[in-house]
Amino acid sequence: MSKQSAKNLLVRLPTTEAEPGQRRAFLAKAAAIVCGGLATLTPLAAGVWMFLDPLRRRAATASFLPVTTTTSVPDDGVPRQFAVVSDRIDAWTGFAAEPIGAVYLCRQQGAAEVQALSATCPHAGCFVQIEADENCFRCPCHNSKFTFAGSMVAPSPSPRAMDALECRLEKNGTITVKWETFYTGVAGKVTRP
Amino acid sequence: MSTSMSNSSKQKPGLLGQLADFFDDRTGYRKLVNELLFERVPGGARWRYVWGSTLVFAFMTQAITGLVLWSSYSAGAQSAWESVFFIQHEMTGGWLLRGIHHVMAQAMVVLLALHLMQVVIDGAYRAPREVNFWLGLVLMMLVLGMALTGYLLPWDQKGYWATRVATNLAGLVPLLGPSIQQVIIGGPDYGHHTLTRFFAIHAGFLPATLVIMLVVHLSLFRKHGLCARQPIVRSDGMFWPDQVLKDAVACLAVMAVVLGVILLPALQAMLAGRPIVPGDLGAELGAPADPSQPYAAARPEWYFLFLFQFLKVFEGWGASGEFLGAIVVPGVVMAMMFLMPIIGRWNLGHRFNIAFTLALLGGIGLLTGMALNEDYCALWVNKSSLAEAENLLKKTEGDPVKLSAALGGNQAQIIAMQKQFKKLEAIRNSESFLAAATQAQMDGERAIELAGRPERIPPSGALELVRSDAKSQGPRLFAQHCSSCHAYVDPQGAKASEQLAKASAANLYGFGTAAWMRGLLDPAEVAGPAYFGNTAHADDDMVNFVTQDLTDRDTWKLEDIEAVVVAMSAESGLRPQQTAADAKATEAALIAKGRALVSDVERCGSCHTFHDNGTKLGSAPDITGWGSRSWLVGIITDPTHKQFYGDTNDRMPSFGKADPGSVPILSTQQIELVVDWLRGDWYRPAVSKAAR
Repeated sequence: MSKQSAKNLLVRLPTTEAEPGQRRAFLAKAAAIVCGGLATLTPLAAGVWMFLDPLRRRAATASFLPVTTTTSVPDDGVPRQFAVVSDRIDAWTGFAAEPIGAVYLCRQQGAAEVQALSATCPHAGCFVQIEADENCFRCPCHNSKFTFAGSMVAPSPSPRAMDALECRLEKNGTITVKWETFYTGVAGKVTRP
Repeated sequence: MSTSMSNSSKQKPGLLGQLADFFDDRTGYRKLVNELLFERVPGGARWRYVWGSTLVFAFMTQAITGLVLWSSYSAGAQSAWESVFFIQHEMTGGWLLRGIHHVMAQAMVVLLALHLMQVVIDGAYRAPREVNFWLGLVLMMLVLGMALTGYLLPWDQKGYWATRVATNLAGLVPLLGPSIQQVIIGGPDYGHHTLTRFFAIHAGFLPATLVIMLVVHLSLFRKHGLCARQPIVRSDGMFWPDQVLKDAVACLAVMAVVLGVILLPALQAMLAGRPIVPGDLGAELGAPADPSQPYAAARPEWYFLFLFQFLKVFEGWGASGEFLGAIVVPGVVMAMMFLMPIIGRWNLGHRFNIAFTLALLGGIGLLTGMALNEDYCALWVNKSSLAEAENLLKKTEGDPVKLSAALGGNQAQIIAMQKQFKKLEAIRNSESFLAAATQAQMDGERAIELAGRPERIPPSGALELVRSDAKSQGPRLFAQHCSSCHAYVDPQGAKASEQLAKASAANLYGFGTAAWMRGLLDPAEVAGPAYFGNTAHADDDMVNFVTQDLTDRDTWKLEDIEAVVVAMSAESGLRPQQTAADAKATEAALIAKGRALVSDVERCGSCHTFHDNGTKLGSAPDITGWGSRSWLVGIITDPTHKQFYGDTNDRMPSFGKADPGSVPILSTQQIELVVDWLRGDWYRPAVSKAAR
């Protein structure tokens, strides 16, 4: 693009013969743009630098958190909702032993082991609820339905079954769950970093 | 210059050109840009015209940095300080952004003064520019209002106490004052709503008003054109690029100065070989606001110091004096400034305006200098020349009759001496300000250290953290409740003997350590001021035991005494760091030997209960766990308990015991804070700041 047409973007000037002062004027303009640009860019750059700080933050690494004891999960194949309690750090505040989310725990008849399902709907992240009359889970947002085992009931807006969480039975009878969150809206179960 | 000239260009425009044509046809932006850039500057571009542009630039900087700060700031009594701490010390570049916002706010005040001066000197307020001058004055007040409201937002001690003063002054306005004050602070007391309101005023009301005013100010400026410096000798220039270049250079220079102020400490640290801590650069953050903790270092920001000092002129006039100094006089000055365009119609009036403005700025400078001198004079006034006056003051206690007698009634000498007394008082005031400022800085640093703990700040806020910190609260509680009798001074220190002589109870420095116990068992020291010397126990059994029994080398060998020392310091279970010097304390054999000696009912055990030696309580304090946390909490709570001094207790109050229905002198938490401080039990960061 010629210099003239570049200038035409802002203002339209007549094409004239080269003036003696033109070179000086060009330097003045260039210098004005550079100085003004540098001065303005400084606060902008500092602002962008701090504004992007959240990208630097990482969630706490997933760990097994105590949820309840085996006696609280009867072996009737019906899931029950439990709060997951953990210490939590929110920016500058440290919370000690606070409910940070919920899981469904379910034990089949006669079985010792417990299944854990995340209460977060894999479709859009709403809180999935128990539909006692229909013996299934139902999401109140878009009506995704899941069996008590967590598998999809077609047709469903959800791209995948409810997310199972790793679950351990500790020696003292405590049930611990590996607390993870996953990306919603995709077919694969991908852990959030 | 008209757009029809575009036809003279024969070239077919490129893609960008076509796009530009498309938008120009629909918006006419080229004409607008034309009008903005191609303004005639009578007499050519000049440096003296840059101040307005630098102010616009400064405001734009404040808007950008302010919006981003807003994205991380939380206005609430338990979150404002905490979020600012997080911005300053945890977020990437937070220190820089906050630093720019903080320093540019100060630069803006300076630029305002320069702009005002240029406008008045050039007579740019005269017809037809009167309205624009008035708008400029309103803009100035808006900027000062933003400076005032922004000072509170970090909710630290400095901002809190300075704002309390400022809002109390607003309460002096006749009739409406108290209501204005209550509306501004959001209720009868300072709290959440003070912050939300100040934040809304600072980041909403004032800047929105300012933008509207600024648009009118700039369009009126363009309507009237630049008020050129007379007489015009050079040929006219163009706004673009001649004046724009000068403006841009000035803006860059302002930004460079701001960055310089922020980064200068980093350069100093680098040159001194100290590590650079980014969180320490830029704007300061003091300890969290605490209405229960005095703050003697409270001062407004430097550009309001003149008002602070001006109020002192009316000291002794009572409330009417403050009303005069804070409201009437500044009001009259503002009114004078609003009248300038009218006064300036006459040549003499214009000169008067210039003189008035210069006198005003000079007066502000003088008052600021006086305020700074009052606070900092101890740093530069040589006190040694006043030694004689100091002695005399001590002798006469400032009593004029005694002074006259001391100087033999020599009037000239008396007057000269009284002048020196005044000087001494000024130095003393300055010294106490400096001490308060140092204390404030230490408190701020400690609060930041505590907030940086891995557990972070509790939901109840950083103030809770500070209040439960033994390191900062211990010395305060000790000074308030213990130091009237007990000393706390390193015996090896320079002024130790002087301070010990003043004390009337044991020196508690290093209580629980082997060194302290060694002193107690030293016949030369036990009856000295550091131990029982100045107490009712000065010639009691313990002193007799140390001076007589312990000096009998047949029953007490030196290594036996040392074993007792080590065993007793092991009872206290002090932090290993503190007893590291006494590495022997870890030698289990020595401790066992010492314990046996202490326990022995023929030796220490004849009076003292020690673990299960069977000695009955009542004759001397139980020294099981001597110097431990629970032992110290116990003796401070109630020294008259039979486990401690019982009815032989000297003068020590039972700090934690109260009659039914009344409150003890110290709460359990306060006693624990004193104990933890005495024992050196407080939070220490894994890597101390100095080593970082």
